[in-house]
Amino acid sequence: MPRNRSGGLAALSSSVRRTPARPYPVRSSSPLKRRLVAGILALVSLVLITGYFRESDGGPFHDVQSVAATGMHPFEVGAERLARPFRDAYGWLSDLFNAREENQQLKDQVERLRNQAIQNSTAASEVKRLQALLDYRRSDTFPGDYDAVGATVLADPPSRFEQWIVISAGSSDGITKDAPVVTDEGLVGRVTKVTRDTSRVTLLTDKESAASAYDVQTEAYGVIRHGAGSTESLILDRVPKQSRVDRDDVVVTSGRRFGLLPSIYPRNIPIGVVTSVGQTDIDVNQQIQVRPFVDFSALDSVLVLVRKSPEPSLP
Amino acid sequence: MLADGFKAAVLLFLAVVVQATIMGSIEILGGTPDLVLVVLLAVALLRGSIFGALGGFWAGFLLDTAYLGTLGVTSLLLMLAGYWIGRYGETTGRDRVHAPFLSVAVVTLLLAFGELALHFLLGEPVAAKEQLVDAMPATLLLNLLLTLPVYGLVRRLLAPERPLDRATEVELVG
Repeated sequence: MPRNRSGGLAALSSSVRRTPARPYPVRSSSPLKRRLVAGILALVSLVLITGYFRESDGGPFHDVQSVAATGMHPFEVGAERLARPFRDAYGWLSDLFNAREENQQLKDQVERLRNQAIQNSTAASEVKRLQALLDYRRSDTFPGDYDAVGATVLADPPSRFEQWIVISAGSSDGITKDAPVVTDEGLVGRVTKVTRDTSRVTLLTDKESAASAYDVQTEAYGVIRHGAGSTESLILDRVPKQSRVDRDDVVVTSGRRFGLLPSIYPRNIPIGVVTSVGQTDIDVNQQIQVRPFVDFSALDSVLVLVRKSPEPSLP
Repeated sequence: MLADGFKAAVLLFLAVVVQATIMGSIEILGGTPDLVLVVLLAVALLRGSIFGALGGFWAGFLLDTAYLGTLGVTSLLLMLAGYWIGRYGETTGRDRVHAPFLSVAVVTLLLAFGELALHFLLGEPVAAKEQLVDAMPATLLLNLLLTLPVYGLVRRLLAPERPLDRATEVELVG
């Protein structure tokens, strides 16, 4: 067949065959050689690992590594110097992009931590207050024929002329009208309105409030009620001139009947301390000022006293 | 063959230097590109399993040296990776367009597991969650982005002597 035939015609001819291509370089390795190389390298790697682990820092493998690292050092320094401007630019851009987001994150974090700190502080002071109430509940001075219902103050007095608060306990907690309300410091007032879950407590400083009381030191009896001046001062009224009352004497509830009505307060609940005693010629009673133990402007938690047994009827 | 070996060795050496000095400090979306791995896989795909195994051992030794790690650990892992991808290139993946990308994706994942396993066996501290969960997606993406330019560069440097088994002449028989 002549050699000058065209390739197209030759390809069409059934007697033409393709020359076997030379093998691609990657296929030149025999399986044995391949596996031998891989096996030797794996073995060397394992020897390196084992030797490196077993020897001390001054061993031959560490020395090899040290020498190799020393050899690489100039290249690393060179590459680092070459790359430094680019790295700086990258870092600057990265910081620029991240600054806004980071700023917002930090602000959020500050806000979160501030709220947490406030919550912790509030919780700590509340625990302290509740602990004081609990201590009072467990003390010997707590009236034995009463149970205590703890409640937090939901609303402070609306004005200086309306001395009442709203607490978070109501009829569902066993609270009834006229139930005494106390803190660990002393008498607060009485319940004057009850709903299912809340109650209104009229404070001792309200002009409508009064309680029979007596001087613990001299046993002079009288009626404690709001003072004429400051909302937070009380007077011990109806103490005859012949009864003795001294400054700094402690005044507590007497538990006695007041007129025709029985006292709604149990005996010996602290009320306050006598700050001044005076009398005039025209008045048959002494004028006794009492400073209450309870700070009525900072009430957070109170105890409502609930009778264990029904109130005894009057003869 | 010897010239190709020398070129591959220099290429991997430069890749290690760049990785240790530049790439290692680049962190994008929590991931870090692995230039050495991508170069090694390109070499292995183009030159086969023996080149891959030798190149992996060499690159691993250099990395362990540069980072002052335990000698042999990275050598072993990269040697296995290079050998395996070399075999893949020799058998099925030689002319396939997706071969470099597939190789990089699979080996990036397997290498992470292998590193964790080996370090765990050696009793060295490892952070599995950070390596496998937090950093892996970004690292995988960055390695895949590196694949195209790196493979092109390596292909130019280690160009096959006969790129394709094309018939250049016909021989008439009979």
